[in-house]
Amino acid sequence: MRSLLVASNGTSSKSMPPIISCQGIALAFGSRTAKQQVLSDLSLDVQSSQIVSLLGPSGCGKSTLLRIVAGLIEPDAGEIIVDGELVSRNMPRTSREKLSFVFQEPALLPWRTVWQNVMLPCQLRGEHRKRETRDFVEHLLGLVGLQKSDWRKSPSQLSGGMKMRASIARAMSTRPAILLLDEPFAALDDMLRSKLNDLLLAIASEQRCTMLFVTHNISEAIYLSHSIAIMSQGRIAERMEVPFNFPREAGLRSTSTFAAYYGQVSASLSRGNS
Amino acid sequence: MNSLLSKTQCKSRNKWLTYLAPFWVFTVVATFWHFVVVWLQVPSIILPSPIAVMNALWQERVVLLNASWVTLQAAAVGLLCSALFGSLTAVVFSQSSLLRIALYPYVIFLQTVPIVAIAPLLIIWSGNNFRTIVLVATIISIFPVIANVTSGLLSINENLRELFRMQSATRWQMLTKLQIPAAIPQLILGLRISSGLAVIGAIVAEFFVGNSGEYDGLGTIMTSRQANLKTAELIAALMACTCLGILLFASVNLIGATLLRRWTRVSGFESER
Repeated sequence: MRSLLVASNGTSSKSMPPIISCQGIALAFGSRTAKQQVLSDLSLDVQSSQIVSLLGPSGCGKSTLLRIVAGLIEPDAGEIIVDGELVSRNMPRTSREKLSFVFQEPALLPWRTVWQNVMLPCQLRGEHRKRETRDFVEHLLGLVGLQKSDWRKSPSQLSGGMKMRASIARAMSTRPAILLLDEPFAALDDMLRSKLNDLLLAIASEQRCTMLFVTHNISEAIYLSHSIAIMSQGRIAERMEVPFNFPREAGLRSTSTFAAYYGQVSASLSRGNS
Repeated sequence: MNSLLSKTQCKSRNKWLTYLAPFWVFTVVATFWHFVVVWLQVPSIILPSPIAVMNALWQERVVLLNASWVTLQAAAVGLLCSALFGSLTAVVFSQSSLLRIALYPYVIFLQTVPIVAIAPLLIIWSGNNFRTIVLVATIISIFPVIANVTSGLLSINENLRELFRMQSATRWQMLTKLQIPAAIPQLILGLRISSGLAVIGAIVAEFFVGNSGEYDGLGTIMTSRQANLKTAELIAALMACTCLGILLFASVNLIGATLLRRWTRVSGFESER
């Protein structure tokens, strides 16, 4: 079914209904007396096989929106439709399986080896013994750049970057149609961050995966995505299409056009949050 | 390089100190004790000299070793029962907040009830036997296990919980694949505290079982030595009790360290910045 979707998507993505559609999302945290509105009347569409970055300052509700799309938090108002199905806390297993989440921290289980950690989602679905699953996980581990000798290691033996690679492999192990990423590279240094950005793009193009990527790093948002949604005060303040071609050129970040666009996004961001 | 060398030297010096320093303290205290007894001419019924105690320890070595073995078995079985039933209780508590709220006060009651007061009652119910000793050791040592494991099962990292929810994990999968493995370090922590308590429980229970001839643990030995005013032998038995406690604690520590190697293994290299 997915291959069909991808095939038709390649030709005319705009005419297709969006794979993620959020309409009128509102959410408030806190008690009845001291309510804090986190999201208000937020709407966002993401087309299939696109990478969309949610860009905004800390505390603007980016991560909350991501968790709502994942069905982990129920909004006060509004509805989310993912691949034609309504998202809710008790949505059927088959619909939830289309989504996968990469957390800000690697969140690996310390008592499991790298291999066992990456296998975990498949194991929870009872698919871990299938030859096909094992082959795919092996392929994924290679794709994220983890050597065979690392597979038997425990997470505490890995560096921060390797843990995040394993975490991404785990999220992809069930072949999700949509990958939700919550500032996965925020704790890593710039060198490693750009390496992993390229890795993510490689995965996205190979697996034909839609990605919703939360970040507060402007350059990362531009480099990774087809389109940037700038968030401020619980709303999408502006939607910007990134004017660079995929696959990204190696030196894109140091070009003057990139710098100019960076300035544009930065201006929009501060306009939205002033 | 130089600083590394001095660091290793420092480490080995520390290792020596770990064993030597307590030994020095022991020597100083024993010497002081000996001279106090000699100078003040303390009657040996009140306080025998350390030499007399060492003598008693040597003379009674077979009796004490046998009794220690009996008490060790009772304490160890009690500790195992605590680990098993305490963990089971904690699992039940983690699954139902209603049961947790309803039953927790009674678990605290287990912790606060004076064991000396209920031991005679348990002997009436269960008899002058090994089973009663194990029962008392279990009752006194179960609370740290329940408290620690319950908190371990419930305080799961939110991201890990969400990871399982994203995969629509069942309650059973959540328990067996996430909560129980995550609570193992807490179980070991609880058992460390419980190991000392189990020895205390076993010895206290043995006080009450008395010298009936059916059962001879360290506690029974101590009551009989006390009745005969054999103070040196009493202190010797006391030393055996302490050794027993240390032995059980060290065993739990060793087993814990082996089990937890994967949880605490420290990264020794960085292949990627």
